[in-house]
Amino acid sequence: MATNTAATTEVSAAEEGVRRRDWIHIAALGTAGVGGASLLFPLVSQMAPSADVLAASTTEVDVGAIQPGQSIKASFRKQPLFVKRLTAEEIAKAKADDGASMRDPAKLADRTKAGHEDVLVTMGVCTHLGCVPLGAAEGENKGEFGGYFCPCHGSHYDVAGRIRKGPAPLNLQVPEYEFTSDTVIRVG
Amino acid sequence: MTIRLGGIIVGLAITAVLVLWSLLPGVYNYAFGPAPEKQPSYAFYEHGDGPDGGFAFDGAFGKWDYAQLQRGYQVYKEVCSACHSLKFVAFRNLKQLGYTEAEVDAEAAAWTVPGIDPATGEVTTRPGEPTDYFPSPYPNAVAAAAANNNAIPPDLSLMAKARHDGSNYIYDLLTGYGEPDPAKAAKVGFETPDGLYFNKHFPNVNIAMPQPLSDGQVTYADGTEASISQMSKDVAAFLTWTAEPSLVERRQTGWFVIIFLMFATTLAFLSYKQIWAGLKPKKK
Amino acid sequence: MSFAWAKQYEPQTALTKWLDEKLPLPRLVYNAVGAGYPVPRNLNYMWNFGVLAGFFLVVQIVTGVVLAMHYAANQAVAFGTVEHIMRNVNYGWMLRYAHANGASFFFIVIYLHIFRGFFYSSYKAPREMIWLLGVVIFLLMMATAFMGYVLPWGQMSFWGAQVITGLFSAIPLVGEPLQVWLLGGFAPDNAALNRFFSLHFLLPFVIAGVVILHIWALHIPGSSNPTGVEVKQESDTVPFHPYYTAKDGFGLGVILILFTAMVFFLPNALGHPDNYIEANPLSTPAHIVPEWYFWPFYAILRAFTGDLSIPFTGIVLIPAKLLGVIAMFGSILLWFILPWLDKSPVRSGHYRPMFRKFFWFGLIPCMIALFICGGAPAEEPYVVISQIATAYYFLHFLVILPIISQIEVPKPLPFSITEAVLGGAAPGGTSGGGKINPEGVVGGLPGTATDGSLQPAE
Repeated sequence: MATNTAATTEVSAAEEGVRRRDWIHIAALGTAGVGGASLLFPLVSQMAPSADVLAASTTEVDVGAIQPGQSIKASFRKQPLFVKRLTAEEIAKAKADDGASMRDPAKLADRTKAGHEDVLVTMGVCTHLGCVPLGAAEGENKGEFGGYFCPCHGSHYDVAGRIRKGPAPLNLQVPEYEFTSDTVIRVG
Repeated sequence: MTIRLGGIIVGLAITAVLVLWSLLPGVYNYAFGPAPEKQPSYAFYEHGDGPDGGFAFDGAFGKWDYAQLQRGYQVYKEVCSACHSLKFVAFRNLKQLGYTEAEVDAEAAAWTVPGIDPATGEVTTRPGEPTDYFPSPYPNAVAAAAANNNAIPPDLSLMAKARHDGSNYIYDLLTGYGEPDPAKAAKVGFETPDGLYFNKHFPNVNIAMPQPLSDGQVTYADGTEASISQMSKDVAAFLTWTAEPSLVERRQTGWFVIIFLMFATTLAFLSYKQIWAGLKPKKK
Repeated sequence: MSFAWAKQYEPQTALTKWLDEKLPLPRLVYNAVGAGYPVPRNLNYMWNFGVLAGFFLVVQIVTGVVLAMHYAANQAVAFGTVEHIMRNVNYGWMLRYAHANGASFFFIVIYLHIFRGFFYSSYKAPREMIWLLGVVIFLLMMATAFMGYVLPWGQMSFWGAQVITGLFSAIPLVGEPLQVWLLGGFAPDNAALNRFFSLHFLLPFVIAGVVILHIWALHIPGSSNPTGVEVKQESDTVPFHPYYTAKDGFGLGVILILFTAMVFFLPNALGHPDNYIEANPLSTPAHIVPEWYFWPFYAILRAFTGDLSIPFTGIVLIPAKLLGVIAMFGSILLWFILPWLDKSPVRSGHYRPMFRKFFWFGLIPCMIALFICGGAPAEEPYVVISQIATAYYFLHFLVILPIISQIEVPKPLPFSITEAVLGGAAPGGTSGGGKINPEGVVGGLPGTATDGSLQPAE
């Protein structure tokens, strides 16, 4: 009996020794792995936008000189910005279409500021794959709905910048902006 | 064998050249020749030790003193910025000094930066925005030199790193103005040249910048007494921040990394000893 | 390659078996740095630095590629893009400080690696090729480090480019046009900055290629060891993995602690404040020095202050400028003939009493003196000290080493590595290694070994 117990103790001690030794190697390798993996963090995040890019800049645009039916292109955070003054017919047409079936339903009133329903401010970036749609400059193809037309893959936007035909999934984005006076908007 | 013989000959030849043509005259001149003359101005240079008590950011556990950085910014804005640019710092960076977003906007708007008239395209000025960088007081280097007796005021963004022991250097320089000891100056015939100013902590003691600070020159919002020493210390702290905005973050990350590595290295050592344990011979 | 008793790679799974047939990459790794590479069991910590040098090469390539994503090699904006990295890029300060201090640590481990080679005569047959490739790597590293230091376009960058390319203008006849060609102009400017950036990006990959050759050449005779006695039997070696992977892992941890201490707490201690001033072609800093790792060679360059002329005639044979340039390049190039200058049959400095004295009391103080003088201003007493040290440097390698390798009486070598480790318990060894074993002396040399079968097979 006594010898038996002694033998068991010896075996379990040896097993424990083996286990403890393995534990050290696993811990060392695991710690090294954690250290190596955490190196990836700065290496990956350095490719994300840097502080100067993220710093939100604002753009002021004078919309007073834009005649009804005209559009101008401005630049906002290195992207094109379309500002368009709608004619009375265009407003009526857009409002009439408010209830039509659309991929990304939106009302004209939601896409303009109260009291300035004739001023449509959108990003000039097609929501499909990022080309600049035509229609902002005089004489350009305005598409089947009289708004903007993206020639890259044939997306048609209506006068309110809403997607009506083609592959683009969303309406032209309306950036954050406000009227600082009757004729000046501040985007961003 | 030929290589070794050639090597020995070349080695002896190089040694002989050095010994005969430069070493012997050099040693002779060093030992017996006249001592090289130093400019008399060197006698007046004094090494500074920085402010009493040092800076809050000194040492491996140092932290920014935000009130001090804001005071230093005020000194830069009201005094230094008349001549010195700060071109690598943007107004948005002031947020790191403890200002709120609205305060940063207001601070930026208080500066005038170069701009372009959107209607005519003419060069004009406009109020600053947080994304703008601190404007230069001069349109170009020629204008800066012309306005300052041919000495271009250097950009201050990196000054605390562009001089040895920069934070203390800035403090010492700003507090080092005065007059040379008249008796000593008369003895060696030393005079501060026209258009330069005596500063005992400037390497050649004649500096082109007139003393910029005087007691009470700025009025601190927090009621701190604006002595020359206090303003110098504050602006030195501010310029340390402009030179190395990541200083405190860097050390904090460093402590974390080093403690982790010590832990990992201990494990690696135990693992290494464990692996070799079976192999190590019993000595005798 | 390697020894007869080296473990053979045996793929276990179907996938590794398939891979071993098509592309035996796991086998290559197994034989190069795995259990299939038998390594002398008595290596001390000085043998850690080869792996560490490889590690820092990887650190430099990884951080460098990442920094190049944000840097622009144009003299108008280069300084500003470096500040952009420091201020705006996420963790940019960490990556740049790691790259700048990584260069210093690369040189620290390389210098320890080279001086390990000097002391244990690792350059001797059958390892001459490893040594020659190592010198090539060192020269490539110096070129890469110099061009990298120009990129931030600070004052030291600019004047370093001016002075170092100026070295080539010392060459008679073609010198001046050569310098203009190297710079692509009459002073460092956009052309120089762009080509330095291009080459600084390219050369590390060339270094990596030569490193592979260096390791390949190493695996033919196998690693040297502190006794300098060649491996004779299986008990002399242990498999690289896990024995030396574990030891290198520990060594890596230690050096990483030192490295991160520099990166996070003293990132600019090894640099020069003047390089935080943007390059100004109209004003040279008061005291220009290269980076610390060039100081010994910079001291040799400046040691030659007088023209080499025929006495009393005034006819100049070699002007001082050219003499300095020849000596500086010569001081490294002479390492190429080192294996043939020192022909002592004994490798390790431990068993060479005279060699050891000249190493510790000659070469090492000489290198320290050159290091200090290279970083000091060109004033007395530094000029005289650098002249004495330069004279000794060439005397040591070209005269002292060949002579002592002839006249020195080496101490008795142990019969084998096993005997050296176990203290005489190995079969056939003399007790305690205390007695002269003449076979041991010659036995360590290839071709003269008593048992040819124990020599490494290719």
